[in-house]
Amino acid sequence: MTSRAQILAKVLKNQPDTRPLPADLLTVFPAADPVQAFATVLTTIGGNFVEVSDYQAIQKYVLEHFGGQRIVSTLPELVAVSEQGWEHQDPHSYANVDLAVISAHFGVAENAALWITEDLMHQRAVPFICQQLAVVLSKKEIVQTMHDAYLKIGTADYGFGSFIAGPSKTADIEQSLVLGAHGPKGMTVFVMD
Amino acid sequence: MSSGTKDHAALSDIFNKDEARVDWHDETLWFVRAKRDKAAHNIPEWESLREAASQIKNNVLSNLHNYLIEFEEQAQKNGVTVHWAADAAEHNQIVHSILKEHGVNRLIKSKSMLTEECHLNEYLKQNEIEVIDTDLGERIVQLAQEPPSHIVLPCIHKKKEEIGELFHEHLGTPEGMADPVFLTAAAREHLRETFLTRKAAITGVNFAVAETGEFVVCTNEGNADMGAHLADVHIACMGIEKIIPKRKNLGVFLRLLTRSATGQPITTYSSHFKKPRPGQQMHLVLVDNGRTTQLSRPDFRNSLKCIRCAACMNTCPVYRRSGGHSYHTAVAGPIGSILAPNLDMKEYSDLPFASTLCGSCSNVCPVKINIHEQLYKWRQVIVKEGYADPTKKLAMKAMEFTLSSPFVYKNAGKVGRWFMKHAPFTVNNKLNLWYQHREMPEVPKESFEEWYKKNKKND
Ligand code: SF4
Repeated sequence: MTSRAQILAKVLKNQPDTRPLPADLLTVFPAADPVQAFATVLTTIGGNFVEVSDYQAIQKYVLEHFGGQRIVSTLPELVAVSEQGWEHQDPHSYANVDLAVISAHFGVAENAALWITEDLMHQRAVPFICQQLAVVLSKKEIVQTMHDAYLKIGTADYGFGSFIAGPSKTADIEQSLVLGAHGPKGMTVFVMD
Repeated sequence: MSSGTKDHAALSDIFNKDEARVDWHDETLWFVRAKRDKAAHNIPEWESLREAASQIKNNVLSNLHNYLIEFEEQAQKNGVTVHWAADAAEHNQIVHSILKEHGVNRLIKSKSMLTEECHLNEYLKQNEIEVIDTDLGERIVQLAQEPPSHIVLPCIHKKKEEIGELFHEHLGTPEGMADPVFLTAAAREHLRETFLTRKAAITGVNFAVAETGEFVVCTNEGNADMGAHLADVHIACMGIEKIIPKRKNLGVFLRLLTRSATGQPITTYSSHFKKPRPGQQMHLVLVDNGRTTQLSRPDFRNSLKCIRCAACMNTCPVYRRSGGHSYHTAVAGPIGSILAPNLDMKEYSDLPFASTLCGSCSNVCPVKINIHEQLYKWRQVIVKEGYADPTKKLAMKAMEFTLSSPFVYKNAGKVGRWFMKHAPFTVNNKLNLWYQHREMPEVPKESFEEWYKKNKKND
């Protein structure tokens, strides 16, 4: 008997009588102002909340803070300030990207997590390997809790997707919080109307 | 101890030699536990979340057979190769054969307690394959040639000065440098270099969704993602109990997991791996290693609901003051003490006794496992099966005898009080294990029953 057959047989024999799934949970305590709630949590987890009026303002911010550095972006609106034709390189080559600017499907007020799938990253490695990450988010796209988040994701198909909440971090050395463990040392969220 | 090998009490004695360190360990974990409380209290619906999580897991255990088949089918459709391992040895062989096939002799691994349970690192080392752990805490214990002492905070037992010394020796940081920011930066350089040069990555799995065939890996450092997205081959290893029915169930678990673990609202990265990226191979190993046996034990099968948040160890007064290594098993603390005897009742017969049964573990558990009750049940099984330490066996027998007879129970206290008053040396001596670690209490002049009888008439 293969291990598969053996394991499945043992599971079938040993599993208890069927218990039902509970009803789906829904958000019960919505934040009065989800954008404000998102901003507060993002700041506490080491992120940077920047309200902008348009892409022009993002360009200005990027040039001011990252001018002269290696910048890649998946947003056509930012071609003026980012490298062209970067998408088809070996993922290892993004290790020296100083700033990656991508967009998110939506954000979650309760934990400042941003849902980003592969199509918005172009390369899976990008949001993890860059030194600094910036994400563009529409104010309208902030949901309350993770329950709403999964309602929104629904049955969407993707190869890879991630909730990203703030910069890479660790507290493994005596519980001291340090930003920038392996991935981005900082994360900026540009929030637009 | 009956096994004659390792024993929690003896191993705690080693840890307890340095009292200042024990206090520090205790306080650090209590600090994490306090953060958990704050996070939980911020969610008014916390208890209904726990209840939902518990019910979802009950459903999983009751329908695991079908969920496993559904998951496999979906994962295969997504282009993932699924393997099944009956035990640790088979798990290690499967991983090894995938590596061999790709001619890989160096790889990176993100945190996975399952691979610790299976002793994968040692196995691969024997087969001349180099494994580098990329979670900072795991890398630190790996450099120290120790196992992790905690499932979420692997090097919680280490002082920054000790870590500085390890880094000085292995990574060339300046001698005496113990600043966490500096040391983390040094590790970042070292590990990024490693990420960029390894062709295979192993990750654990936090949740696997039957409905979609995707699996979710949660980290704060982003090491699982760095590894998986840069490697040509991604091998994910999971215990069969990690399955959940539907994608939307993740909403419940992701809300509970890190709030229970560290007090964070969510991990920095909650990554959903569904399909390999073009040109990449994705393998998933489903591991039993005793889980189906635990499923067959009605008293203990609830332990399979565990989502490995570590809240139970952070709150456990015994864990905090005895250190993770005293549990001599991959998963330490209260939940580990339930899981380990399932794997080997003799070897781990000491662990269910490493608890005060105060119930704090059950109170914080996000999936409502009756941890302290299961520990108490294991004690009974272990005594009955003859694996208990003789002194414990005697104490348990005396307790059973006392509690089973109202007459003896009533008079046991009287006898005890008489002895404490007239011959305290018979109690306060080395043979009384309880006294070794405690001051004996002042003896009450009368029993509760006597007091009650006297005072009842005053009502
Ligand atoms: S038993 Fe409960 S509290 Fe302990 S690690 Fe598992 S889920 Fe967390």
